[in-house]
Amino acid sequence: MAIEKFITTISRVVPIPIEEIDTDQIIPARFLKATDKKGFGDNLFRDWRYDKNNQPIADFPLNNPKYSGCILVGGKNFGCGSSREHAAWAIADYGFKVVVSSFFADIFKNNVLNNGVLPVQVSEAFLAKIFAAVDANPATELKVDLVNQTITLIATNESEGFEINAYKKDCLLNGFDDIDYLISKLPEIEAFEKKYKG
Amino acid sequence: MGKTLFDKIWDAHVVTEIQDGPSILYIDRQFIHEVTSPQAFTGIEARGRKVFRPAQITATADHNIPTMDQHLPIKEYLSAFQVEKLKENCARHGITYYGLGDEYNGIVHVVGPELGYTQPGMTIVCGDSHTSTHGAFGTVAFGVGTSEVEMVFASQCIMQPKPKRMRITINGELGKGVTSKDVILYILSKLTASGATGYFIEYAGSTIRNMSMEARMTVCNMSIELGARGGMIAPDQKTFDYVKDRKYAPQGADFDKAVEKWKQLYSDADAVFDKEYSFDATDIIPMITYGTNPGLGMKITDKIPSLASVDPATKETFVKALQYMGFEPEQQLLGKEVDWVFVGSCTNGRIEDFRLLAAMLKGRKRAPHINTYIVPGSYLVEKQIKEEGLDKIFAEADVELRQPGCSSCLAMNEDKVPPGKYCVATSNRNFEGRQGPGARTILASPLTAAAAIITGKITDPREFL
Ligand code: SF4
Repeated sequence: MAIEKFITTISRVVPIPIEEIDTDQIIPARFLKATDKKGFGDNLFRDWRYDKNNQPIADFPLNNPKYSGCILVGGKNFGCGSSREHAAWAIADYGFKVVVSSFFADIFKNNVLNNGVLPVQVSEAFLAKIFAAVDANPATELKVDLVNQTITLIATNESEGFEINAYKKDCLLNGFDDIDYLISKLPEIEAFEKKYKG
Repeated sequence: MGKTLFDKIWDAHVVTEIQDGPSILYIDRQFIHEVTSPQAFTGIEARGRKVFRPAQITATADHNIPTMDQHLPIKEYLSAFQVEKLKENCARHGITYYGLGDEYNGIVHVVGPELGYTQPGMTIVCGDSHTSTHGAFGTVAFGVGTSEVEMVFASQCIMQPKPKRMRITINGELGKGVTSKDVILYILSKLTASGATGYFIEYAGSTIRNMSMEARMTVCNMSIELGARGGMIAPDQKTFDYVKDRKYAPQGADFDKAVEKWKQLYSDADAVFDKEYSFDATDIIPMITYGTNPGLGMKITDKIPSLASVDPATKETFVKALQYMGFEPEQQLLGKEVDWVFVGSCTNGRIEDFRLLAAMLKGRKRAPHINTYIVPGSYLVEKQIKEEGLDKIFAEADVELRQPGCSSCLAMNEDKVPPGKYCVATSNRNFEGRQGPGARTILASPLTAAAAIITGKITDPREFL
């Protein structure tokens, strides 16, 4: 059950310049009743995307035809709140491959990584630049290069490096997942247990 | 150099470290519930595997369940389906499951400690961010995503990078009417909702030492609201006394042996933390939130900050939050009329919380326009409420006691607050729509909630003491 391999991505972006976007907004609790991982994309940002009568709110970025692409850009402390992995499934299911922010909540970061979506943490300044560039020209493209760990505003060639731990990077590049890895380590885990439980 | 409490427990559970990567961390106990586990069961079954250590996993149904008529089948189809799935999955994999109607059912973070599953020195995970609650016993306990739930199913381990360590010290005596909930809301108002991201917190100081186990759980519970991975408190005699004789705690001579080990669980005097904060308990009074994240809180007697005083970087969030809440900068909230009061959740759904509520409601009545959700955290809490006669006090105050569950904390069941209505809630999150689409949540202590039931307004509970 490997995840999809991550390759260098060049794409337009969907900007949501709001801070503290919590996972209750990304996927409200009432949509957590499914027992598989599919279909959550339909309800991604449900309450910001649709009004009370289920009509799309025209100027919400996901509904605005100006914006497209597989890179989601959000304000600081993206993904805070509940640990629900459904938020990551919704983002992946919608078709995003990359989420950019100046700060990610811990559990969320792990969750997207475990679903083949790359969280790219940039500086406040660079984030502001992305928002400004997309505001000026919605067709602005970003390039995300995982091998070299860089993110670039293509039009101006402005670039910034980002961090990712070597193990996770390897997993994404090769489409491995942690569970296969842990299963391969079961003998070691059993040996540890023996010692630990005495 | 000495070790922190966190390091002592973490290091004892590392199976191996991956170079430039996470550690493989052994997990003593995993708790699961109906919402974040089904995909993990499907996952390991798709790999053709059984759960590796079912005896170290405990399941309860809590998030979706109704809090009335629990003896009847769950009406809402999808909720019923999820709960049924959990039951089936547990049966198939040999996992202990406390379903609706079971004497040990309840919110996962209330049930774990009260059954003695939660013991000092353990590593504990659950697909639920408030797993940090168990840290009150001196455990390394934290919330994980469903992929990690599956990792524990497959190997009783997860892959985790080691977080940094933070210590928050609070010294001094709390004033009358000031609870541990106010302490954590106060810390949140100082450090913000991302103030501890990347850290594991140890709470220390005389104020924490003087707290009961229940009160300590409330503090650790909301560590996640600070962005922390988890929060913990070094165990002491109070901890040992709480754990003693609980159903799944070590018994007799085994217990004494365990206590000897647990006594080693403290941060060495020369241990170094990556970050330290300290606060003075005498500066804390009853607290409320005014915004849509738990960091946007203030003393109940304060005014909402002015626009000029907020950090320009967070201004947009601040304005948006106030718009949603229907508040203005510099507004005072004391005396503001509210519509609902929710007392419950894994933050404040334990017996002590209901004792506080009952003490204040005794001889008083609910304001006629106030609706309430009064929801015990577990069947055992409910039982004790009845044994102590608190339910009679509630009835006399014209307040209805419901059945246990997460209820209006996240409103996955019917316990919703209608759009635009204000709810004083003892839970942990005031996010937009958390208690139902359009609902407006004001987080507070059980005492402040009780005061709001009586007056129908945001009220300083010290007025009634
Ligand atoms: S009471 Fe609320 S915070 Fe606690 S486990 Fe239930 S839903 Fe989560």
